[in-house]
Amino acid sequence: MHLVILPVLLPLVAGSLLLLTAGLGDAARRAIGLAATLALLPLAVLLLDRVADGTHLVYALGDWAPPFGIVLVADRLAAVMLLLTAIVALASLVYAGAGDDTRGPQYHALFQFQLLGINGAFLTGDLFNLFVFFEVLLIASYALLLHGLGAQRVGAAMHVVVLNLIGSALFLFAVGTLYGVTGTLNLADLARVMPLLGPDTAPLARSGALLLLGVFALKAALLPLGFWLPRAYAAATGATAALFAVLTKVGVYAILRVYPLVFGPGAGEVANVAAAWVLPVALVTLAFGALGVLASRTLRTSAGWMVVYSVGTLLVAVGLFSEAGYAAAVYYTAHSTLASAALFLVSDLIARQRVVGGDRFEVVDSMPHGTVLGTLFFVTAVTIAGLPPLSGFVGKLLVLQAASAAPGAVVIWSVLLVAALVVIVAVARAGSALFWRTAAEAPGAPAPALDGRSVGAIAGLLACVVGLVAWGGAATSYAWSTARQLADPSGYVAAVLGSDASVHERRRSLR
Amino acid sequence: MLLPLVILIPLVGAWLPAALSRAFGIDPARTAAALVVAALAIVLGQAGAVLDGATFVQSWPWIPDLGLVASFRLDGFGLLFALLILVIGLLVVVYARYYLAPEDSQERFYGLLLLFMGAMLGVVLSENLLLLVTFWELTSLSSFLLIGFWRHEAEARRGARLALMITGAGGLALLAGVLLLGHVVGSFELTQVLASGALVKAHPLYETILVLVLLGAFTKSAQFPFHFWLPHAMAAPTPVSAYLHSATMVKAGIFLLGRLFPALAGTETWFYVVSGVGLTTQLFASYVALFRHDLKGLLAYSTVSHLGLVTLLFGLGTPLGEIAAVFHIINHAVFKASLFMAAGIIDHETGTRDMRRLSGLARYMPWTAALATIAAGAMAGVPLLNGFLSKEMFFAETFQVQWLGPWYWLLPVAATLAGIFTVAYSTRFVHDVFFGPAPQGLPKTPHEPPRWMKVPVEILVGLCLLVGLTPAITVDPLLRAAAGAVLQAPLPEFSLALWHGFNLPVLMSVVALAGGAIVYFTRRYHFDLHGYQQKPVDGRAISELGVARAVHGARWLVERVANHSLQRYVLLLVLAALVLGVSGARGLALTGTASLTPPDGLAMLITAALVITCIAATMLHTKRLLALVLVGVVGLAVSLAFVRLSAPDLALTQLLVEIVTVLLLLLAMYFMPAESPRESSRPRQVRDVAVAVVAGGAMSALAWALLTRPLDTIAWYYLENAKPEGGGYNVVNVILVDFRGFDTLGEITVLGVAAVGILALLQGLKLDAPALDWEGRPWAKERYPLMLRVMSQPLLPLALLVSVYLFLRGHNAPGGGFIAGLVTGTAMLLQYVAYGGAWARERLPWNYTNVIAAGLLIATGTGLASWAFGTPFLTSTFGYVTWPVVGKFELASAMAFDLGIYLAVVGVVMVIISRLGGLSGSATVAPQREGR
Amino acid sequence: MEALVAIAIGVLTGSGVYLMLRARTFPVLLGLTLLSYAVNLFLFVSGRIVVASAPLTDKGLETYPDPIPQALVLTAIVIGFGMTALLVVLALRAIRDTGGDHVDGGER
Repeated sequence: MHLVILPVLLPLVAGSLLLLTAGLGDAARRAIGLAATLALLPLAVLLLDRVADGTHLVYALGDWAPPFGIVLVADRLAAVMLLLTAIVALASLVYAGAGDDTRGPQYHALFQFQLLGINGAFLTGDLFNLFVFFEVLLIASYALLLHGLGAQRVGAAMHVVVLNLIGSALFLFAVGTLYGVTGTLNLADLARVMPLLGPDTAPLARSGALLLLGVFALKAALLPLGFWLPRAYAAATGATAALFAVLTKVGVYAILRVYPLVFGPGAGEVANVAAAWVLPVALVTLAFGALGVLASRTLRTSAGWMVVYSVGTLLVAVGLFSEAGYAAAVYYTAHSTLASAALFLVSDLIARQRVVGGDRFEVVDSMPHGTVLGTLFFVTAVTIAGLPPLSGFVGKLLVLQAASAAPGAVVIWSVLLVAALVVIVAVARAGSALFWRTAAEAPGAPAPALDGRSVGAIAGLLACVVGLVAWGGAATSYAWSTARQLADPSGYVAAVLGSDASVHERRRSLR
Repeated sequence: MLLPLVILIPLVGAWLPAALSRAFGIDPARTAAALVVAALAIVLGQAGAVLDGATFVQSWPWIPDLGLVASFRLDGFGLLFALLILVIGLLVVVYARYYLAPEDSQERFYGLLLLFMGAMLGVVLSENLLLLVTFWELTSLSSFLLIGFWRHEAEARRGARLALMITGAGGLALLAGVLLLGHVVGSFELTQVLASGALVKAHPLYETILVLVLLGAFTKSAQFPFHFWLPHAMAAPTPVSAYLHSATMVKAGIFLLGRLFPALAGTETWFYVVSGVGLTTQLFASYVALFRHDLKGLLAYSTVSHLGLVTLLFGLGTPLGEIAAVFHIINHAVFKASLFMAAGIIDHETGTRDMRRLSGLARYMPWTAALATIAAGAMAGVPLLNGFLSKEMFFAETFQVQWLGPWYWLLPVAATLAGIFTVAYSTRFVHDVFFGPAPQGLPKTPHEPPRWMKVPVEILVGLCLLVGLTPAITVDPLLRAAAGAVLQAPLPEFSLALWHGFNLPVLMSVVALAGGAIVYFTRRYHFDLHGYQQKPVDGRAISELGVARAVHGARWLVERVANHSLQRYVLLLVLAALVLGVSGARGLALTGTASLTPPDGLAMLITAALVITCIAATMLHTKRLLALVLVGVVGLAVSLAFVRLSAPDLALTQLLVEIVTVLLLLLAMYFMPAESPRESSRPRQVRDVAVAVVAGGAMSALAWALLTRPLDTIAWYYLENAKPEGGGYNVVNVILVDFRGFDTLGEITVLGVAAVGILALLQGLKLDAPALDWEGRPWAKERYPLMLRVMSQPLLPLALLVSVYLFLRGHNAPGGGFIAGLVTGTAMLLQYVAYGGAWARERLPWNYTNVIAAGLLIATGTGLASWAFGTPFLTSTFGYVTWPVVGKFELASAMAFDLGIYLAVVGVVMVIISRLGGLSGSATVAPQREGR
Repeated sequence: MEALVAIAIGVLTGSGVYLMLRARTFPVLLGLTLLSYAVNLFLFVSGRIVVASAPLTDKGLETYPDPIPQALVLTAIVIGFGMTALLVVLALRAIRDTGGDHVDGGER
């Protein structure tokens, strides 16, 4: 019965223990961290299996009946996000095990707290609790971003921290506004109350809903709020950046979770409040992200812009606010999370191998381990550029097909396809600059040997990407069933509040 | 038979050549050849049935939600291409074995070649259109790697990127077109698509689909104006050219035209677009070919022109034209492959491909010369060779156009003209290279190539003759099967024969041959061929310039917009929030209907104080100490407001946090400049003030609108159940440790992580404390004021006592773990201020990280304890046992949780203050510190 | 009362925003602090205003304030404290590592 909360408790306990065991030495702490992270994998799979048939697992904390207590809710969407997180986290931690984790104190503890925040955000069914978990994952992400220190990271962190503090303030303004009109915080209850709002209070609710959208957009790095991302992710250590590939998806998840459920078509005066905003903004993000990729001078920066680009594509799908759109979004989330993570790891590995050139697109030295790195890069690039036969192509197809029904399909298609071409050109340039335009002989300093763990971590992620295509049928059908669940929130509400939710009024005036 | 095997063998086997040669030292060429033969065997196994008109379709579900089915199709047309791909592929494998230099990695070459072969087979054997597109893009990718095989050569890299860009763009257009097509037809399966031609052509989307699909086909088949990538792809090793640009890659576009012929062809749009483009390409390319000095350049443009011819034939949309097209596809593949190989031999044996330096090679390599001459003859359309037959059919078809009306003669004339040029450059290919005086100063002394380099050429040339002489027996069945598959309808009557009697086509051929010969041999009078210099500007230059411009432009834009300026990003965030919030509030009546609370003097006073100090702090913000003090006052006002508004716990917390924060900022200021420079320009300040005012106004309005409206909340539940269910009178505290204890758990986690982060940040951080204070006076010798010492000494135990008291009563009155923790923390902080870090560290020597961890674990443990009672995490045991003792029981549970909070808070405060002391280094340096 | 609170919130927000837009870390810190006051006040009164009372049920008062926002604000204050503390130290670190207290590092 406690399965639902384990993905939250496990990292919490592991993180606290890791704080206590500072004296234990790297190997042991590494082992603890890996064990805790590895354990998330079966948990996520088990959850996925439990909810696959459409059930919502509801966990009432403190045994307080919703909406009065906080609930955790596991449905298809939450489960798949947990699984993705577990996979990426494992790869990232294995990669960090090659040495990054010792560049600063408490890496493994911070890593666990990061996971705690992410998993909590995916599971919670309470608006304010979502805020709390956002803060947990943020504070952990600051610390991880700063891991290893140096002017680059400190400078980037300054921006990230300030912007997100403002973001948190906005979140609270939004929570206050929504509570101020609905008198409740439980997402299901909010969904139940929304339609009851009259024209007198509905505008306030809309205001709150859109402020919330701003917060999520900041987290998801939607433009014009996402300019901080490329620099920050490029500054972070490779392993951290890979884990951060999940962070942006938390923002996307929050949009997918809150808007169809609380502000969906059934929300009366507040219905579809986000519909007018997400799609256009997403298109801008997508286009600008592609330009950013083209403009980048280093591989890691271009990886950062690649995240912006893929978030744009993803939000295009979300912004359709249709079943097909949700399905595409779910699949594309899986794809872009795995692919971005892989890209960050590959970039980091390449930067380490090119002693002189780092990850700059310049001819400075030859590319050691060219075959291995080249293959890893090529597969990653093909995936991220949305070329067949890998998941990026399938994801692109799903988005295109989902958009074909929407109004303005021509615009969406054109932007998507042109941006795709830009990215292909950019990636081809990058690859040929890094792997083909190499200097004849290696420079003085010999390149470090390839660490099996690093290569293994990347290969593992790429294997998942391949699996996403090889078992594409299963993947997409899961995405579709998830989409159906999102498009019809009644199941969620009933699972949390009981089937009599519509009739039972739980709110009273204090006056 | 499993069709996918034909594709999978080369595709999946691509890694075998490398693997086997590494493992067992097997010659990669042998492995590759074996794989190709295996695939070929499977195809040939079916050839008989297919030639009799059978069509195999096999399909497996893949991604049904996408309409992407792993379905494959082998019909006459597919068979024809599969044979071309595999047979010529096999010959290329053999040829390349002897062509490649020792320093070229044969392993990589054959791996890539097989990869490409598999992708190409996939294109021609797909039944599902999305599958076809998938393989289509794969051919672009693998050809990118093949063209860039000689990665060290800039030409190769540029050629590869160019090819990828053009064909990639076409691929995306094709993707869009196919998606629409499938949308119209309702299926991506060729069988359905080909069956619904009428439906498609009648559909309003037809033109769009046509254009998109044609973009894909024309880019791939290098049709004007997308032709320019092909000549530059000649930077690839000659075997690659011989393969990609005779039988495969460039034929994919042509294949698509034929494949979708029944679905799209036969309309006026189709005719004008397709045949128009085809004719232009053919004429233009055949003319340009004449001026290429590089053998491969000439062949490249000749390829473009022949592809144009085929495109034109498809464009005519007539059954016979389509038959001619298919026939020419075969012939062109055969003679062009052999010609590329011949060019490769010449290059290989003489070290150059420049026709201005080559001549009279027939002396040195008569056999090669003979072969090349025959192949060139086929290219020129000389009778008795295969090229002649399809050319005759082409000429005949040019008269069968229904659309041109009085201009019907245009097509035959243009065709003849193109024929003339074709003959001319074919003649040049032969005459410049093999005849004339002996060559001067070649890099190598030419001689016949190794036996096995010629065999492939011999085979191909043999085919040219065989087909040319006995078409009816050799090629007829294959042609009928293929053409039938394209047409998806019974073929019209036609016969392949050398002689159809003296008719217009023959006349046109004669004109072409004669004219071509004249053009070539009188070239000096018309134009000085050898003196001709290639134009510096061509498609590649333009497109590369385009890309460069794009990159430059992108950098300009991106680096200006995303300029790493926090001030800009903050502004954007604030504005975004404003726009969103305000737009949401459209139609809002500012004032609601709720009864208001009358204001009182005290409240007004507090508000006034708050407003004044707040604005003062803002205006005087450059005077940092002053601003900080003022902000502190604002904080006090806020906590007073909390008191007034019935929130004692909040007031307490706010007050304590306030103190700690201000002290923290004071510590920080010690290492910071005393004043902020006024650096923003006036307009900038005005702008910011405006933004600030609007933001403030918006929040006021929002708050007002909210407060003047009645509210129904779930709060009553907590008020009613706090005592009976939660066992405490202090509802807020009960919410914090019980109803919403999960939030609190997260909250202290944030604190803990913050502390860890701070510790990390302080690592090795040494800041120089200024010797002078902000008024420039030296700091007092006495670092720690006596007064404070005297005061703080008794304060600590007192504070601890107070915290215990606050802690215990927390559940029923204002207080609780957090507040108690802050009191303790503040008291200790005071000790630190009074006695300095060293003193504090030795008096309070614990590792505070462990204190935090312990706090977290105790809180979590309390929550877990409830599992023992079979209840969810964080369930207070209260209410599950119903005898008097429960009071204690319940208390225990909530208290343990609160204790965790207490420890975490104390730990965090101590971490911060105990470490910040370590910051201050030598106190001798003047305020001008590093960085300023 | 409502008006007073609304004004206070507006002023706090405005001042906070203005200071957040400054170029040095210290004023930005102050700005964020002021903004957090505004947020806390706003979130707090989202449960509406009740004077001269307290969420203590043993007092037997006839009207109680809404305890939920109070609890939320408490949590928010604590979290805000942690964040601010981190930012303060980060600012110090930035002076050391980037050589100045400009928000974009160094002196600009």
